[in-house]
Amino acid sequence: MTSEKTQAPLLDLQNLRVSFPTPKGRVDVVKGLSFTLGRERLGIVGESGSGKSMTGRAILRLIRRPGVQQADRILFDGIDLQSLSERKMRDLRGARISMIMQDPKFSLNPVMTIGDQIAEALKTHERLARSAVKSRVLEMLHAVRINDPERVVTLYPHEVSGGMGQRIMIAMMLIPRPDLLIADEPTSALDVSVQAQVLDLIDELVREKGMGLILISHDLNLVARYCDRILVMHAGQVVESCAAADLHKATHPYTRGLLAAVPRMEETRDELPVLDRSTWSGT
Amino acid sequence: MIAISLKNLDVSYGTTKVVEGANFDVAEGESFALVGESGSGKSTILKAIAGLAPDWTGEISVLGERRGHGVDHAFATRCQMVFQDPYGSLHPRKSVDQVLSEPLKIHGLGNRDQRVEEMLAAVGLDRRFRYRYPHQLSGGQRQRVAIARALMLEPKVMLLDEPTSALDVSVQAEILNLLKKLRREQGLTYLMVTHNLPVVSFMCDRMAVMNKGRIVEIAPASALHDGSFSDPYTQSLYAASGGNPDRKD
Ligand SMILES: Nc1ncnc2c1ncn2[C@@H]1O[C@H](COP(=O)(O)OP(=O)(O)OP(=O)(O)O)[C@@H](O)[C@H]1O
Ligand SMILES: Nc1ncnc2c1ncn2[C@@H]1O[C@H](COP(=O)(O)OP(=O)(O)OP(=O)(O)O)[C@@H](O)[C@H]1O
Ligand SMILES: [Mg+2]
Ligand SMILES: [Mg+2]
Repeated sequence: MTSEKTQAPLLDLQNLRVSFPTPKGRVDVVKGLSFTLGRERLGIVGESGSGKSMTGRAILRLIRRPGVQQADRILFDGIDLQSLSERKMRDLRGARISMIMQDPKFSLNPVMTIGDQIAEALKTHERLARSAVKSRVLEMLHAVRINDPERVVTLYPHEVSGGMGQRIMIAMMLIPRPDLLIADEPTSALDVSVQAQVLDLIDELVREKGMGLILISHDLNLVARYCDRILVMHAGQVVESCAAADLHKATHPYTRGLLAAVPRMEETRDELPVLDRSTWSGT
Repeated sequence: MIAISLKNLDVSYGTTKVVEGANFDVAEGESFALVGESGSGKSTILKAIAGLAPDWTGEISVLGERRGHGVDHAFATRCQMVFQDPYGSLHPRKSVDQVLSEPLKIHGLGNRDQRVEEMLAAVGLDRRFRYRYPHQLSGGQRQRVAIARALMLEPKVMLLDEPTSALDVSVQAEILNLLKKLRREQGLTYLMVTHNLPVVSFMCDRMAVMNKGRIVEIAPASALHDGSFSDPYTQSLYAASGGNPDRKD
């Protein structure tokens, strides 16, 4: 990894809280989360509703009202994100920090072709001749293993398949070459072989360009393979943190429960073990 | 009886043909998987069956009845679809309660309050989610609402498009167990698209494998135990999925 040569962390997050109002008052869905990230790959796993997406969005200050976020510190490359103006924050998003949202089609502009949208993402970052833009866009779609990119650039978001939508989103977020990529379930609609190719591409940017990666996923095998470190979240908190290689040795009962619930290729169980949710909290 | 029968199905969008010559029968009570390359036409086949991809030729029958080319409301009580994209498929200004009770209202079914409550519990959602709107839910919570909605009318046939790919493994386990139980108790038939071969191994009897708009192989799910596939694309998909460390247990 490239983290040895960095002095200050790329991202320093201390005591992040995200809350929503409920009939019973404000409830935290992220409860004092802290971590630092170098130019490395951090995986965040955890149950549905545990606060993974809210954590990603909060880093970009994208929590929508009536949600409220608050932290002792959010430093990105030495910049205090909490005190930046909304305008400065907008300049940073997409250019230096990109987030691949969990809902790709929802995040794409429905009335603009795929080609125009990716071109726009590129143009906000670099000044290029028209023909150069076009070839960069096609190249990027090819890199995320889209067959027939010439046809796909002419399509609108509702005309692409689920897995194509995800890869288009990834292409759009990678094309400005961000310093930090937050990827929220980026490959959940892809089969393992395409998934591996797309993640290898992201990995290349981590290794060659020193990009930092936060990979949010419910796929334990995937984060174990593609990350250096893993945080396991449960009900807004980190319950376990380990080196990716040690995930299968995880000790927390919750993490063990998650591992047991994964179906296997040679499955013979009639029923999969499930977790006890009686201790759940949240909004 | 045969629950779903496709004969020589071709489906097009405009001038592009995206599914060519699809043939298969799914028996009543069977759980049948559709796997294969991204963009190969899996969702399109489900949409054609549901009446949402009108430009097709060939023959589609569900529970012995020939399907027409459009949406058919009586059909909804027998066959329901869960969409791949839970964000697009839930109305942004309808609460979970509305989404779940509306199908009951439309079809004049009573005991709505209790049915909604039971269904939420069945998909593992606490009752506090009942009056929320989609934007107040996490990704996995929305997908569970979409699954609950499809189950409300107690259909005989379910078209499931990646029903659990947005879910973490613990919720996935609950949903898969629930689907299995419903099938056992009520004889439901599933046609399920997934890219996850271990899920096929757990849930399905047979699988059709698609590549570039065509079905290249139909195999029993037990082939996943020993990799006995004949088509090269299937073999490569299986090999790529074999990286799963659980296999070594
Ligand atoms: N507007 C809102 N009002 C109240 N609660 C909300 C709102 N938006 C989100 N939540 C709650 O915040 C919690 C955390 O949501 P988040 O989207 O971070 O979950 P997640 O870990 O990403 O889950 P998933 O794996 O299902 O995507 C969830 O329990 C969700 O119901
Ligand atoms: N409304 C549409 N108009 C034009 N083309 C479409 C439309 N919907 C889908 N397509 C095209 O049809 C092909 C098959 O799409 P489909 O959604 O069936 O794929 P899929 O097998 O479900 O893939 P995935 O696993 O990625 O969801 C794709 O090339 C897609 O671009
Ligand atoms: Mg999420
Ligand atoms: Mg699809």
